Amino acid sequence: MIPILAQAATEGLQVTAGWYMGLAAVLFAIGSAGLLLRRNALVMFMSIELMLNSVNLTFVAADSGIGSLEGQISALFIMVVAAAEVTVGLAIIVAVFRKRATASVDDLAELSG
Amino acid sequence: MVEVIVFAIFALAALAGGLVMVSARSPVYSAMGLLLAMFSMAVFYVMNGAHFVAAVQVLIYAGAVMTLFLFVIMLIGVDRAVDRTETIPYQRPIVYVLGAGLVALIGIAVLDVAAAFDGSLQVAWTTGRPSGNCTLDCVGTIENISGELFTGWLLPFEATVLLLTIAAVGTVALGQFALKPRDEAPEGVE
Repeated sequence: MIPILAQAATEGLQVTAGWYMGLAAVLFAIGSAGLLLRRNALVMFMSIELMLNSVNLTFVAADSGIGSLEGQISALFIMVVAAAEVTVGLAIIVAVFRKRATASVDDLAELSG
Repeated sequence: MVEVIVFAIFALAALAGGLVMVSARSPVYSAMGLLLAMFSMAVFYVMNGAHFVAAVQVLIYAGAVMTLFLFVIMLIGVDRAVDRTETIPYQRPIVYVLGAGLVALIGIAVLDVAAAFDGSLQVAWTTGRPSGNCTLDCVGTIENISGELFTGWLLPFEATVLLLTIAAVGTVALGQFALKPRDEAPEGVE
């Protein structure tokens, strides 16, 4: 961290791609922790969305770091796939809820011996 | 310096949104936290010159996807008591340890490990050019994005069209199957 402070003293603090990547890493960890902690299927789904978003942020930040457009294209594709995934996933959750009247993944344990 | 301040504000907002999403008891609060995080992401995209991705983020994610989430939350009921009994022993401590380990792992990846052994620890990418300082041809305007998308990425783009069609058909099919009443099942079969 010392070189950052030295850089800040000499040429002023500038936001680089590494800042965004660090933030995206923390957000990804929060999302994965939420996925493991929560039992509500909807909140688990939201955690997956947060993880996908943080990966998008990594792509876009790397893009502006190296000056290309491919990362932004990849982010767009991730968004499309995530939208399709959300549609099907929420339909599955609603279908399960109609059948079982619950949104908790703990109650869906028929396969556990 | 303005960029640093904006980054700090919206980084805090994104982290707060993520933590609220994970820790809130009501799914509605979780959705609101995720919404805050997604708007912060859109600000970060703009700061990185990805204007079109930022617009799509607000329209698709904050608009469509979160509306769909809230709709489903309202549909299946929000006032239901959360069952807090642990079915997996030591789930919480294990998750905390795994989360801290994940942060540490990615932190090691972001920090330049090789430089750390030389005694000059530095964050990877800090030597790169500051974000947002893109030349004209790599700013994510609609023109640049579509030029790239419809030339080099045409086949993946058409594959996503197929994917979206399949997803729409699958959703309709799921709704049809779920519409069958429960008591049509034979006796003794759930």
